[in-house]
Amino acid sequence: MKEVYFDNAATTPPDERVLIEMEPYFKDYFGNLSSLHSFGEAPREAVEKARGSVAELIRANPEELIFTSSGTEANNLAIKGIAFANQRKGKHIIISSIEHFSVFHSARTMEKWGFEVTHLPVDKYGLVSPEQVKKAIKPETILVSVIHGNNEIGTIEPLEEISKITKEKEVIFHTDAVATVGNTPVNIDNLGVDALSLAGNQFYGPKGAGALYLRKGVRITPLIDGGIQEGGKRAGTEDVPAIVGLGKAAEIALGELPKRSHYLRELRDYFIDRLLSEIDHNILTGHRTNRLPGHVSIAVQFVEGESMLMLLNMKGIAASSGSACTSRALKASHVLTSIGLAHEIAHGSLVFSLGKKNTREEIDYVLEKLPPIVKRLRDMSPLYRNFLEREKA
Amino acid sequence: MAMYSDKVMDHFQNPRNVGVIEDADGIGEVGNPVCGDMMTFYIKVKDNVISDVKFQTFGCGAAIAVSSMVSEMAKGKSLDEALKISKEVVAEELGGLPAQKMHCSNLGADALHKAIDDYFSKKGKDNK
Repeated sequence: MKEVYFDNAATTPPDERVLIEMEPYFKDYFGNLSSLHSFGEAPREAVEKARGSVAELIRANPEELIFTSSGTEANNLAIKGIAFANQRKGKHIIISSIEHFSVFHSARTMEKWGFEVTHLPVDKYGLVSPEQVKKAIKPETILVSVIHGNNEIGTIEPLEEISKITKEKEVIFHTDAVATVGNTPVNIDNLGVDALSLAGNQFYGPKGAGALYLRKGVRITPLIDGGIQEGGKRAGTEDVPAIVGLGKAAEIALGELPKRSHYLRELRDYFIDRLLSEIDHNILTGHRTNRLPGHVSIAVQFVEGESMLMLLNMKGIAASSGSACTSRALKASHVLTSIGLAHEIAHGSLVFSLGKKNTREEIDYVLEKLPPIVKRLRDMSPLYRNFLEREKA
Repeated sequence: MAMYSDKVMDHFQNPRNVGVIEDADGIGEVGNPVCGDMMTFYIKVKDNVISDVKFQTFGCGAAIAVSSMVSEMAKGKSLDEALKISKEVVAEELGGLPAQKMHCSNLGADALHKAIDDYFSKKGKDNK
């Protein structure tokens, strides 16, 4: 059966060149880079090379990067570590209401430690207003965290605008850039952030490696204590193959980026235009243009996301949904409710996230299979019947 | 979709008795849009036996499979027997349901029972 992978927001397939680069570090260069003897040398050099590549990708200094095991760990380290280290100044944190769970739940944990958390509202496109940030900042505020590109609705936030305010107010500004780094150009000075999280598996690198960029001079308390790896900010023997893979993915991204994001923007726009014209009662979620390059998210009315995903899966199509039924908590995604979608519309959420290997022909295949799936589910939907009867009346 | 049994997948892919009975003797609706699963059951009753049953469902794979299974179990049964169809029996017949789906999606039996109640209340009115 044909297989179409449109779930790159979950994880991207690793680039072949990344795997080749990683391989020797499992076996030939297995040494611990803290070792003084010669076995530590090659891994040490490889990790520093990777640090250089990742730094170059976001235009940072290599010494400002802390390698972690994932984007989630980087977000945890940023929120908790910055909060703990700066609590003498104050105990107030501001985050947007559409953060990834790794930020959202880290902030919730800090509430249990006596911190106060403000959740910034977003507009119907999921945009945070810089004005709202300004209003929310108090003398006790130590940290603002706003996601760069949202993985559920694709919206890219105006960080450049927000950072003007955090700079003026002298508040540390963190962004979860897991969805953007490696997929669209990210420059920490242009964004004006003090801390930024990224993950290798979001741009054709391996799972198991992420990083936190931390501007020099920003204080942080480590979450993992032990040796002095990563400048004492993140202990534990380094996962050398994964870090090498992350570095290679960054190097490849740096070379491919303009082409990669242009290609995916074209595919995205073609896909969105056809979806909106070929399936009725179906809306785009998130911003139409301030949007992640390969990100297509819709809400199809009168049908439920999980059923659509299952029927798509039977046609070999892998996608995602923020519907309540697809979550273990059985709650509609907080991102979808934050942009003001009614529960019954949020249920019809579908997310297609495209990667650099995807093609227009695959989009055509999905557009051939999806409309009959929607029709089939609508034909058995009492909500659709109610709607048709209201139309008649 | 490994979380579902083969039986659930079969009923999800080929749901039995989908549709509407325009001149139904009883109609039962359950669910709410917040939770995400809504079902409507329609029954025809002849000599205290469910002679025909149709349903419409908005919801996840489990919700659709449950509705289909309940409709199949109810068809041809006496009203008394149909009232004994429980959520547990439906889940068992389907080869089990994931824990998080037991509460939210397993509403088919409730919808059927509501349709039977509706039939009784309509019949009661006719007799008056």
